[in-house]
Amino acid sequence: MAFISSGYDPENPMKDRITDIGPRNYEEFYPPVIKENKGKWLYHEIIEPGVLVHVSESGDEVYTVRVGGCRLMSVSHIREVCEIAEKHCGGYVRWTTRNNIEFMVDSKEKVQPLKDDLLSRKQPGGGFKFPIGGTGAGITNIIHTQGWIHCHTPATDASGPVKAVMDDLFEDFGRMRLPAQLRISLACCLNMCGAVHCSDIAILGYHRKPPMLDHEYLDKMCEIPLAIAACPTAAIKPAKVEVDGATLKSVAVNNERCMFCGNCYTMCPSMPLSDKEGDGIVLMAGGKVSNRISNPKFSKVVVGFLPNETPRWPSTVKAIRQMVEAYTADANKYERLGEWAERIGWERFFEKCELEFTHHLIDDFRDPAYFTWRQTTNFKF
Amino acid sequence: MKHETPLLDELEKGPWPSFVSDIKREAESRRVNANNIEYQIPTDVCEDILGLLELSFKDGTTHWKHGGIVGVFGYGGGVIGRYCDQPESFPGVAHFHTMRINHPAGKFYKTEYLRQLCDLWEFRGSGITNMHGSTGDIIFIGTTTPQLEEIFYELTHKHNQDLGGSGSNLRTPSDCIGQARCEYACYDTQAICHALTLEYQDELHRPAFPYKFKFKFDGCPNCCVASIARADLSFVGTWRDEIRIDQEAVAAYMGGELLPNGGAHAGRDWGNFDIQKEVIDLCPTECMALEDGKLKINNKECTRCMHCINVMPRALRIGNDRGLSILAGAKAPILDGAQMGSLLVPFVKAEDPYDEIKEVIENVWDWWMEEGKNRERLGELMKRQGFQKLLEVTNIKPVPQHVQEPRSNPYIFWKENEVDGGWERDINEFRKHHQR
Repeated sequence: MAFISSGYDPENPMKDRITDIGPRNYEEFYPPVIKENKGKWLYHEIIEPGVLVHVSESGDEVYTVRVGGCRLMSVSHIREVCEIAEKHCGGYVRWTTRNNIEFMVDSKEKVQPLKDDLLSRKQPGGGFKFPIGGTGAGITNIIHTQGWIHCHTPATDASGPVKAVMDDLFEDFGRMRLPAQLRISLACCLNMCGAVHCSDIAILGYHRKPPMLDHEYLDKMCEIPLAIAACPTAAIKPAKVEVDGATLKSVAVNNERCMFCGNCYTMCPSMPLSDKEGDGIVLMAGGKVSNRISNPKFSKVVVGFLPNETPRWPSTVKAIRQMVEAYTADANKYERLGEWAERIGWERFFEKCELEFTHHLIDDFRDPAYFTWRQTTNFKF
Repeated sequence: MKHETPLLDELEKGPWPSFVSDIKREAESRRVNANNIEYQIPTDVCEDILGLLELSFKDGTTHWKHGGIVGVFGYGGGVIGRYCDQPESFPGVAHFHTMRINHPAGKFYKTEYLRQLCDLWEFRGSGITNMHGSTGDIIFIGTTTPQLEEIFYELTHKHNQDLGGSGSNLRTPSDCIGQARCEYACYDTQAICHALTLEYQDELHRPAFPYKFKFKFDGCPNCCVASIARADLSFVGTWRDEIRIDQEAVAAYMGGELLPNGGAHAGRDWGNFDIQKEVIDLCPTECMALEDGKLKINNKECTRCMHCINVMPRALRIGNDRGLSILAGAKAPILDGAQMGSLLVPFVKAEDPYDEIKEVIENVWDWWMEEGKNRERLGELMKRQGFQKLLEVTNIKPVPQHVQEPRSNPYIFWKENEVDGGWERDINEFRKHHQR
């Protein structure tokens, strides 16, 4: 492994340095049919699951084949994407805001060979490399985070649970039988990188034990006031502690006030809290970002805790399946999961989804919590 | 493979693309090294990442040390440092830093360009990526500190490509597909996303803010890039004239010749399309009606929710007088609770060079950079100092559109100059008329 220089001179680090050039210009990468018809699109149709056509004022058409991507991908996989794009699409390809991959062709005849090629490509375990779908009223890719593959604050993994859930819901990636599109997302801690707070169904990594305190190192590693200010419930205060006869500055955590958010650990390496038995998953439901019919909604906590069951998280998969099936069976056409839950009432949501209601689901965070209790006699038995 | 991975092997089963199979593929590719690449980080990096992940699956916990501060000279962000907490067992991932690479707006690519990035990352990194990070960047996962400058040098010198953002700064802006391939787009999301990314390169690369700040650009209120939930300033396309109606196409929908919602519900029998039930009765403002077989819209009462257009894309089109709304303050829960964007500018034209929009952005930044506390998102400053303050600093007049409803508590602040006579009063004057 001999070091090979790029031309960068570590003796003169600022020499020849190029900065502030930003991203490449998107116009370099538009397929010709996109470039020519940009801003002139008349309408679109989903001609089958995973396949869209857009028709321009000029009469031009662009056919899009959407395939699932697992977001975490190797350069070998990206090169295979390139190979397909070169064979069928003139060397152009794009990714969606939900990390699916879209291959575009400019005539209908080119769709079937592209589809056949995509579906013929399998992984050694039998999985599809490029499953077609993710359009219309179905279940598309799961927006997710780093988990145990790269992050230091997760309470669960990301890639693993996503694979387990998508395997279970795979049929709904490639069909459109739901009342409306159903967006699932995952965040491995409640920093909620991504879309957990605004998704139809959301998987959230959660801790249930207060942080441990590495008193010997805490004042050396942490800016104590920042750790104190990081706590939403003011559970942390400065403290002096005795370690091996020496008096050290540190912090004290009031365990009764700690709700295990982990934000103090984000700010202070000496307050780790992850734990095999304590950590697991919270499920949320009913969020959306579009303004269609109803306003955007936050997702609500509907399952207080499920354990981390590696490698396939069966309890999480099962609870999500229950929600998907109850919603699919009961909601009206165009109704998002949150709109359905609000229409039938959350008491009915829990009944229909066969989910247990526990005290953990009642809001107790500051003044706004009151507005989530029920100030009416209107309820269903 | 170097490590046994019985738990991860279970995730090679099932129909969805397996990240485990894919990483194993990359591990094998590096082991074989058919092109005799002089790998600049350990050849077995992919085997060690699988080994470490297997250990996490066994232990139910992460094995990355806290934090990590690395980067490239000239910038204060763009690289997320990461170190394994079992470096003796997994030396291939002892250093495993992430680089954020600013993606092109709309995430369109030419394969030639992707191949250049793949060659670079295979040579100087792990060969593992995220396509893409949640904020939008191309994510290169896993390299060593000495490679960071080398990668940056090649990116900028050979590929005309910069890093994205991280830290307390402007993060990489991103957008929906917009006018490139959507008939709903009310402005050119790619153009403004690119223009503002270039305009604010300094704010993106050198953290100067109290905390992170994100822009996202949605072409219409369907919000395909989720700006309203995931950007401190969200830009959502809209129009202020009339929805264009093609009555012949409306009749074609009613006659069953065209499938509702572009065929989005074709996987189930929902019965024949019923325009009354599926459009008119679902309109949130009840501003639609059928008269003599023709669809009428009282546009003055329309809130542009997109439902009717989504259901009948061939019959109904966005208006011609287009622009965007700006919403402010979206964020995840930490610290004070999750927020979605709150409407700040109901309508502004989105035309290059976007001066009016830049003025709003810069006024918001001037305020937040001065008043924002350490690690306080814009949304939290808005809660702490009040929405009125945001209006004041952006020189925007309060209008009813700024609220979902007026306040119900009467704890109303007045400015002294709004009140006749001001606040300086003499108790003795008061006592002349009111005995103790």
